[in-house]
Amino acid sequence: MLNKFLRKHDTTDFVMWLIGLGLLFAVLYGSYRTLAVGKYDAGVWRDLLIFGLAQGSVYALIALGYTLVYGILFMINFAHGEVFTGGVFTAYFVAIAMDKAGFIDDHWVLALLILMVVAMSFSILIAILLERIAYRPLRGAPRLVPLITAIGASFFLQYAYRGIYGSGVKTYPDFPALDGKLHLFGSEWPILTTQALVIVVAGLMMVFLYWYVQKTKAGKAMRAVAEDKEAAALMGIDVDRVIVSTFALGGAMAGVAGILYALLFKQVNAFMGFIPGIKAFTAAVLGGIGNVPGAMLGGLFLGIFESIGPSLFLDGLGIPSPYQLKDAIAFTMLVLVLIFRPTGIMGERLSEKKA
Amino acid sequence: MDKEQKFTWAEILKYGAIGGVVALFVILVGMVEGFNERFIISETVTLGQITLFAAAFLLAYFATQSARAIKSTGFALLTSVLVGVISGLFVAGLLFLGTKVNLRDIFLNVSPVLLKILHLGKESMGAAIAANLIISALVGLAGGLFALMPKRWSSALLTGLAYVLLLGIMQELLTITFGNKAFYKPIGKFIYAKKGLSWAGTLLFLAIGVLYQMWKGSDKLHPGKKIATMSRQQQMGIRIASFALGLIVLLLLPRLGTYPSEILTTVGIYIIMGLGLNIVVGYAGLLDLGYVAFFAIGAYTVGILNTTGKFATTEWGFWAALPVAVFLAMMAGVILGIPVLKMRGDYLAIVTLGFGEIIRVLVLSDWLKPFIGGAQGILQIPKPHIGSYVFKGPQQMYYIVLGGILLVGYVAWRLRDARVGRAWKALREDEDVAEAMGIHLVSTKLMAFATGAAFAGLAGAIFAAKLGSIFPHSFNLIVSINVLSLIIVGGIGSLPGVVVGALILVGMPELLREFADYRMLFYGALLVVMMLVMPEGFVPEKTHARPAEGAPPDTGGTPDAAAQEAI
Repeated sequence: MLNKFLRKHDTTDFVMWLIGLGLLFAVLYGSYRTLAVGKYDAGVWRDLLIFGLAQGSVYALIALGYTLVYGILFMINFAHGEVFTGGVFTAYFVAIAMDKAGFIDDHWVLALLILMVVAMSFSILIAILLERIAYRPLRGAPRLVPLITAIGASFFLQYAYRGIYGSGVKTYPDFPALDGKLHLFGSEWPILTTQALVIVVAGLMMVFLYWYVQKTKAGKAMRAVAEDKEAAALMGIDVDRVIVSTFALGGAMAGVAGILYALLFKQVNAFMGFIPGIKAFTAAVLGGIGNVPGAMLGGLFLGIFESIGPSLFLDGLGIPSPYQLKDAIAFTMLVLVLIFRPTGIMGERLSEKKA
Repeated sequence: MDKEQKFTWAEILKYGAIGGVVALFVILVGMVEGFNERFIISETVTLGQITLFAAAFLLAYFATQSARAIKSTGFALLTSVLVGVISGLFVAGLLFLGTKVNLRDIFLNVSPVLLKILHLGKESMGAAIAANLIISALVGLAGGLFALMPKRWSSALLTGLAYVLLLGIMQELLTITFGNKAFYKPIGKFIYAKKGLSWAGTLLFLAIGVLYQMWKGSDKLHPGKKIATMSRQQQMGIRIASFALGLIVLLLLPRLGTYPSEILTTVGIYIIMGLGLNIVVGYAGLLDLGYVAFFAIGAYTVGILNTTGKFATTEWGFWAALPVAVFLAMMAGVILGIPVLKMRGDYLAIVTLGFGEIIRVLVLSDWLKPFIGGAQGILQIPKPHIGSYVFKGPQQMYYIVLGGILLVGYVAWRLRDARVGRAWKALREDEDVAEAMGIHLVSTKLMAFATGAAFAGLAGAIFAAKLGSIFPHSFNLIVSINVLSLIIVGGIGSLPGVVVGALILVGMPELLREFADYRMLFYGALLVVMMLVMPEGFVPEKTHARPAEGAPPDTGGTPDAAAQEAI
């Protein structure tokens, strides 16, 4: 039994387990220290949790784009973060115009809807152009080739936005109706209205997507193509069209995510999509790439982990200004998931051929 | 027939619209205005205008090429003109709109200066629009003619135009380098006006380019073919002579002055990194996006061990710190390599990217600030010296860089055909088959990571010594992408390709200061285009087919015989 175990795992596995155990111990010990000292009270933890949930739902929406495309083409659409940027950055100019006209103050729901539609349209446009120009000619090429193209497209788009819209950080106009804590059913809730809105809208979008993929005919075609392109084509499914609509669907989710991001963080710039993009990819892998509910859960989990993590275990380890390291936490998570469980928490084991 | 006709009209519209959208993009991104101060031909053509009309030219070329296949020559020419006009309409539209409405709130670059450029020197709007359309039509026609010309002529003409463009861009460099040399003054006066080439210079270089390409194209005179017919001794002699000549030229290059040496050392550092990443990505097929981390480790090691400033630890001097830097980078390569051993392809790329970002976040954090200086970096790194000879400026640092390139290049070249090099390539082609053939995956992969990282460490060490101070922002992801771009442009796995790629991608932005703003835009586009059009790069890797063991030995036949055998 032990012999069999040893034969199956080589030295590097043990090294990795040691590193993993070390990190786990650091996290547990840090959390214990933080909680034992009692520096933060329950209110702080609750706020962090809610904030994590809100930013996690944004990650989840972006992650859906990665997961949908990966499920069908087995490629990482590295430029998806820029699809996200394209929508929200373009919508910024509409938002400014509406703010000047006083439209946001008077009809904030309508204004928000318009912004979402604009952002969605541009994100979809960019996603479809990407597919048409950069990815479609390379279908069937060795796997690194489309990835390199995607990296190139990602940087091209970032610097194109910078060139066209300028390099400065732009501040989204304020939605006065969304200021302060949430008031509902005559009482005040311990959650900011913006955060509540973000969580609700993201939740609705996810429900819609799940329904679309599982219940509609187009969704069925999508799943068929993901399962087997050739067989799907033989069944009369237009594979190219399904792929385009997959990119479009991912783009639409990214567009909405962009507006929600702008509501949460207020600021946009040409490079804003890159880090959230990688984090959303982490979320997608975490939930098992290619798996739609997995991406949602992965996003929420990553958002919360990133929001609570610095205060919970880095603080306890005595690291100064732990909040600076939140990106490092997300990336460490990425690395660990890819190393220890590349199939994700909910993922099925992809066979080597498929993956 | 009728159907085909319709098809082509729609095609013309499509090509024209693509041309127009590309032209609008180039304008809105700011290139036309940014490049407009750079005259290529004195008082006549600026680089901005070239970029403005380049799209019309290219699209007319492509449209004519596809039209020629199904249509008459006359129709093909009409196509080219129409594509030019349609693409010009887009620009004219922007000119009109930009003058009437303030677009600047959204599109930063639609400035009065830009609109003035788009007026093409005409005062009234109508005349300006007409001028735009006419020039677009002419440019389109030129693109069409190019497509219809026999291949030999068009490539000769293209070479000539490329020479003119290159010489126009190099004016600044040549003037700075040779400006006060007696022999250059009359030459400079002849070929250059105050800004851009003079007409005489333009015609001269056009002629040189055309004639050179014609000469190269004709079989009898081509030097490569002449050498191939010589005896083995003669070939050897020529090889040694050209090698010696090349070395002498390389050793004398810094005498050109500080500015060219500065460019050359920067290019050289990228060549060293490129050679390293070429081993990881090119030979072993492991896409590493966190490569800059090893560069940073090399630089920080030299920085911390040598600085006389705030973080002073030892005073080992550059030459003692150098091997430590290389060794530490190599160890980091192994340590970061172990976790990713089981990963392939795209996941590997993302994990290495994650590593790079983690290191960047850590370096910038308050946590490690007391040791490595956070965002303020490490200052006051003394220059290297041998005895009393100090490598104080770029002209002196050049020799360290050159030494580094020669060393690293030699190692990479020897490794390529060594046992481990062949193992890398087997790994790149198919991991499972490689393992089945008895290649030890763990040691082979770690060897690739370690070698690549060691090269990057060396480059980083030289970089720190060259600059005299290091900051974390010199080590972000963009460096990794730059290095990746240059090996892809040069040709993945190709050693001369790294040099060519670095000269083009790193050297050119140094020559063309305005270009620096669009550097990453250009690299991104280049990565996409290279993958789509020529994934093997400009200087493709030579794959030498070795006869399998047991096969009849090579009889040393002429290349022709070998080619015939292959058929």
